[in-house]
Amino acid sequence: MRRLSKADSFAFVTCTIINMTPLLSANGITKSFAGIQALKGISFKLRQGEVHALIGENGAGKSTFTKIVTGALQPDSGELIVCGQSVTNFSPQAARSLGIAAIYQQPLLFPHLTVAENIALALENGVSGWRVDWKRRHLQARELLGRIGVNLDPKRIAGTLSMAEQQIVEIAKAIGADAKILLMDEPTALLTDREVDHLFSLIGQFRQAGVGIVYISHRLEEIQAIADRITVLRDGSTIACREAAGVDRGGLIELMVGRSLASIFPKHTVTLGATALEVRSLSNLSLGLHDISFEVKKGEILGMAGLVGSGRTELAKTLFGLSPAPCSVYLEGKAVHMNSPAQAISLGIGYLPEDRRQHGLILDMALDENMSMASMDRVCRMGLVQRDKEAAQGERYIHELRVKAAGASVAARTLSGGNQQKVALARWLAIKPRIMILDEPTQGVDVGSKSEIHELIGQMAERGVAIILISSELPEILGMCDRIAVFREKTIAAVLDRQKATQARIMALAFGHADVIPQETGKS
Amino acid sequence: MSHRIREIALCATIAVLMLLLEWRTTGFFSPANLVDLFLANLPTMMIAVGMTMVILTGEIDISVGSIFAICSVVMGECARAGTPMVVSLLVTIAAGAVMGTINGGLIAYIRIPSIVATLATMVALRDGLRWYTQGAWIQGLPQYFQWFGLSQSAFLLLCAVMVVVTVFLSAAGLKNLRAGRKVIATGSNKAAAHMAGIDTARVILGVFALTGGLTGVAAVLNSVRFNQVPSNSGLGLELKVIAAVAVGGAAITGGSATITGTVLGVVLLSGIGSALTFLGISAYWEKAIQGGIILIAVAVDVLQFPRKDNAHTLAA
Repeated sequence: MRRLSKADSFAFVTCTIINMTPLLSANGITKSFAGIQALKGISFKLRQGEVHALIGENGAGKSTFTKIVTGALQPDSGELIVCGQSVTNFSPQAARSLGIAAIYQQPLLFPHLTVAENIALALENGVSGWRVDWKRRHLQARELLGRIGVNLDPKRIAGTLSMAEQQIVEIAKAIGADAKILLMDEPTALLTDREVDHLFSLIGQFRQAGVGIVYISHRLEEIQAIADRITVLRDGSTIACREAAGVDRGGLIELMVGRSLASIFPKHTVTLGATALEVRSLSNLSLGLHDISFEVKKGEILGMAGLVGSGRTELAKTLFGLSPAPCSVYLEGKAVHMNSPAQAISLGIGYLPEDRRQHGLILDMALDENMSMASMDRVCRMGLVQRDKEAAQGERYIHELRVKAAGASVAARTLSGGNQQKVALARWLAIKPRIMILDEPTQGVDVGSKSEIHELIGQMAERGVAIILISSELPEILGMCDRIAVFREKTIAAVLDRQKATQARIMALAFGHADVIPQETGKS
Repeated sequence: MSHRIREIALCATIAVLMLLLEWRTTGFFSPANLVDLFLANLPTMMIAVGMTMVILTGEIDISVGSIFAICSVVMGECARAGTPMVVSLLVTIAAGAVMGTINGGLIAYIRIPSIVATLATMVALRDGLRWYTQGAWIQGLPQYFQWFGLSQSAFLLLCAVMVVVTVFLSAAGLKNLRAGRKVIATGSNKAAAHMAGIDTARVILGVFALTGGLTGVAAVLNSVRFNQVPSNSGLGLELKVIAAVAVGGAAITGGSATITGTVLGVVLLSGIGSALTFLGISAYWEKAIQGGIILIAVAVDVLQFPRKDNAHTLAA
């Protein structure tokens, strides 16, 4: 176990006694990267036992600020005060010894090591002596996990844990390190609703124990439910700090984007066309899918709701030819057999994958190259890429989709999440799709881009594209879709009409609470 | 950006080496020596161009030395059988491409890791050749075999044209050909390229076939320099080629390499090899010094351009 130095524990005692001293106080923090000012003066105070939400669009400076507080980056100017002590030359080690811990969206565990080893590696200062004390490691892990009321075997390999379980191991690490300041960056992005509830009760326990929590999220409902105060960042500056109680969501969005948003989910009224895609009792044994039947009409947005792992992404992969399955898919009445993404694309099917950094984009390639990647026929002649044509197409999409970028030739890596997602979407707009599968298209995307992406989806539907929208965000599903297919255990539990769908009903179906399932769940 | 810096550094190193040779030796810059140097390293250059693409896609091919040996023997056997030179030449290149395709097929479709697959073909092809030739050199070649029956200067010109064309076409092709774009995309992120509809297996098959074909070309140009064909040529050639590509700034993990860098890498490594002789340093040191240069090149890469996600790892 990490021991606090005398000075550290003194500092902690002081701020326990003088309750008014903030745990963490940042004044006028600035930071620039290669001439671009990421932070223009952030001021932020974290009290003991409070959950302080930090919100802002992507690129507003949240992650840069987090990195400064955890010691991964050095600020250019400004003052950082931890427990009443001004800190300079901050490093990750110093941050840890002052009781600062961070939990990220993607848990950072060693996938091949056990839970106990992962916890021990975070807490031990190197092995004392030459022998690893396995018994002590397991006891310690069991004790920490017990403290948060989780029954998780410390001998399990981290890679085999679910996202939520990995998140819990991260929390156990933070507790073990006696964290007094806990930064959580989008901790719920990959969790199901039930897991989120558990996480929130843990956050409640932390608050009781006097830990200060910096909570970063794009989900405003969540923030309203859990935060005591909310600080809004925009373009690297602190815009406002509000008490969370009674704050108005529309007002927060306005503060974040600096402009008013008419509506979050613009539902376009589209006259539905003929059936574009029909799936008849599809099963894909290698992915566990069974008996899936549904259809999507031209201009229709079919939502797919369900828990993580309920089979939605697996279905998308099957339809896109990533995992070939026996023939049971009909495109405009014709039976097709999808063998590869290339073939699916040639049939007019586009797939925006869930993980845009790993699968959606090639981060080291230019924006225009990324955009033309699935439709190279359109910019090539006799095997030769026509660079001017490609660049023109890139510029056109950058303009149309309002991508914030210096030009079409910059690498996709340099863009913020929301803008990367727009580039990924442009790639599929370029193939002029007949069927578009969108897998969590707004996950981890800032509010402004999110509403722009919703608008783009609406426009695609207007042009007659049949859209399948997979999302774990129920308001998004309810706001955007004509019908909603609810998945449970690798098949469709029911298809609900827009008018009949409610958040409670979808959740009941997703969890399979038989007594709550309404009768009229027939497929349309 | 990093490639530009690397290429400038390589040019500077080559310039320093040349100044040193000019200052301390006589005869290095004589036409005869330069021609000799060029012809001796021609195979390395040709094969390194293909290897750059293989490494770009995140794979590796250590069987090129064995393919080179077989192609040389094929060329010799064809010529001894009296086949017209043009046919012999095409058969040899085709043989190289076929062997490359076999490598590519094992890797892309049977999914054997490239280091294992090409290790297997390296050993199998080399030993197969040894069994076939029983160690005997191919002699009694027709008059028109050496230098294609051309004058030495015409042959030299032909070789120079071949190298320039290969280098230029492959560099331009990577940038402007649709196939080149696919190679870069596959190397940068195979999963993402696949999801954008690129047949990544075919791309990998393609780069191995191309490398095999270029090895065939190299074998043709090399074997006609003499009037007999050895049965064990190209020993250790794969190491020299891979070293040159690595020195040229290619990331051995794939996704990042340039033909310009590779060309400079070949020039530097071959220059050093020959310089040692002229500087009176024992040839035994050649490999050690080459190894040292590779270590420096890779270390500079790692130190100067830390992995992009390092900051994130530290923050944990």
